[in-house]
Amino acid sequence: MTTQGDVLVSIQRIARRFGDVVALDDVSIDIRDNEFFALLGPSGCGKTTLLRVLAGFEEPDAGQVLLGDTDLLALPPHRRPVNLMFQSYALFPHMSVERNVAYGLEREGTAKAEVRTRVGEVLETVGLSELAKRRPSQLSGGQRQRVALARAIVKRPRLLLLDEPLSALDRKVRAEMQLELKRLQHDVGITFVVVTHDQEEAMSMADRIAVMHEGTVQQVDSPVDLYQRPSNLFVAQFIGTSNLFAGDAVTGGIRFAGRTLPGVVVGEPISGASRLLVRPEDTVLVEPRDALLSGRVIETQFFGGVSTVAITVAGHDVPVLLTRQGAPSAVRDAEVHLSWDPAKAVVLSA
Amino acid sequence: MTSADLVPGRGASRRRARVERVVFLGPGIGYLIAFMAIPVLLILSLTIFKRGRFGGVVYQPTIENFIRAFDPIYLSVLGNSLVIASITTVLALALGYPTAYGIAKLAPKWRTIALIAVVLPFWTNFLIRTYAWIVLLNSEGPINKSLVGAGLIHQPLELLYTRGAVVAGLLYAYIPLMILPLYASIERLDPQLREAAANLGASPWRTFRDVTLPLTLPGAIIGSIFVFVPSMGNFIIPELLGGGKTVMVGNLIRDQFLKARDWPFGAVLALALIMFLVALFALQSWVTRRLNGGGRT
Ligand SMILES: Nc1ncnc2c1ncn2[C@@H]1O[C@H](COP(=O)(O)OP(=O)(O)OP(=O)(O)O)[C@@H](O)[C@H]1O
Ligand SMILES: [Mg+2]
Repeated sequence: MTTQGDVLVSIQRIARRFGDVVALDDVSIDIRDNEFFALLGPSGCGKTTLLRVLAGFEEPDAGQVLLGDTDLLALPPHRRPVNLMFQSYALFPHMSVERNVAYGLEREGTAKAEVRTRVGEVLETVGLSELAKRRPSQLSGGQRQRVALARAIVKRPRLLLLDEPLSALDRKVRAEMQLELKRLQHDVGITFVVVTHDQEEAMSMADRIAVMHEGTVQQVDSPVDLYQRPSNLFVAQFIGTSNLFAGDAVTGGIRFAGRTLPGVVVGEPISGASRLLVRPEDTVLVEPRDALLSGRVIETQFFGGVSTVAITVAGHDVPVLLTRQGAPSAVRDAEVHLSWDPAKAVVLSA
Repeated sequence: MTSADLVPGRGASRRRARVERVVFLGPGIGYLIAFMAIPVLLILSLTIFKRGRFGGVVYQPTIENFIRAFDPIYLSVLGNSLVIASITTVLALALGYPTAYGIAKLAPKWRTIALIAVVLPFWTNFLIRTYAWIVLLNSEGPINKSLVGAGLIHQPLELLYTRGAVVAGLLYAYIPLMILPLYASIERLDPQLREAAANLGASPWRTFRDVTLPLTLPGAIIGSIFVFVPSMGNFIIPELLGGGKTVMVGNLIRDQFLKARDWPFGAVLALALIMFLVALFALQSWVTRRLNGGGRT
């Protein structure tokens, strides 16, 4: 396992607006040394803007960023020990793949022979050795993306910022690259900040994830905590699939259709209108006497390893979803009874 | 879909592309052939004939005209034109690049205004503008008057009827043709490319050298040709601002046709100029192709 130490980058109260659009609103995140950190959030929530602030291409309106003890914002972009892989790649069109990748090393004054070896290695890593002499215009979208990735990782900076690094790759290459990135982090000890739209990618790769929404950080946590203990409704809905019951908060759960649905409160006490989050895999079918809710099966789906059952429940306008290993445990139109472990259900402020 | 389905479809789309090419390029090329290529060919066909004693053409083949073109007098005029046009082009590039760069960095609203300002001189007559320069550079003109008035000089400077005046006039006349293509190529440059260079550790100067300059070079080359070509051929400015002391190829050609009435020799000089410029264009397209690396863009 990688060893994660102290805070490497401390982002403190960064704000950036473009006219009326608030791209970043009071963003504070601490990124630890040698951490694989993911930024996750819907389109336009400010992920790229945050990376551009770190790389020095966007001047924040307020806030500061410390890299170790140094004030990162005081350094001009070309002096920052930070490499950014651009979302749009920004490959130099007049240079070959090889020269694109070598460019950063040449700027550091790395010896010619070493530049050649390292460029060769990294092109091997991203599987583009054969295309080294081509120009970017002669490559496919996925190949360009890998050149951009190679160009960013070849310098092995202290902080590597990757803006959607794998979005254009097919499933297989993508899985390979994910492993490569993890390996690189492990072997070389680089701190990664990766922007991704792909929840599963973030969950499977990152040590910690920051979920962003409309320029604000909603929650920073490990993938497991984010999934099991979302701190608000946005995170609960954004990460994974969820059953959310609406009702007023009461001790030990919420009031829903005349009964109390049990769940736990994480953090601050909650009162008034609330939601109860129950993940589909925590929802189970039980005997009538143990039921928390009852309903009728409207659809079942079998995916091989797992199956899903959709159930209508009176007073709840979307079907309640239930997943389990193996074949579906109910048939269509059957009357079924639901329950869950109260410790796995979370009460959230609506 | 099977390959049998694909083939006719692809053939049809190729045919359509061919038809489109003819439709789009046809009128322009037709116009050029009718009103430019044919007259030029007619003139050029004169090169191999003798001149008449009192003007006109005697249709007896000869190579005399070509031999005469290598006379040192004419070669020196060609050399002189080359020097003047080159100096003008280099100055236009040196002044035009920062200007175009500055304009491309303005807010969109100001950009339009600046571009209009650049082409504004074209809205007035070329001859009138050149006469205005005579007034300006005159020994009694505002420049000399104010310099003498300020006590910086005692005798008015000889500004008019010099090579410098010719260069200044040409520069003034053609610098918009440098700025516009340069502006277009600078404006089109993805700002993220410069950011990428900086991110990889290139200083601002290095970024300019490695990214901005090579990628705007095609614009600079086109601008240079746009300035160089008409500067080479111009005969009004050398005459009005050079006072006939500075003879350029344009003057020579004009004189052969209109004064000496030696059409065949004038045609040879014109051919020489055209050949020279064609070679220049070939060089330009070769350089541009190398820079862009060919292939899809
Ligand atoms: N230069 C700019 N001028 C004006 N608005 C901008 C600029 N850059 C970003 N924005 C706005 O700021 C907000 C955040 O943009 P940003 O590019 O950071 O989003 P993102 O999270 O990276 O989105 P995506 O996932 O689609 O890449 C968006 O609403 C965007 O329109
Ligand atoms: Mg983005």
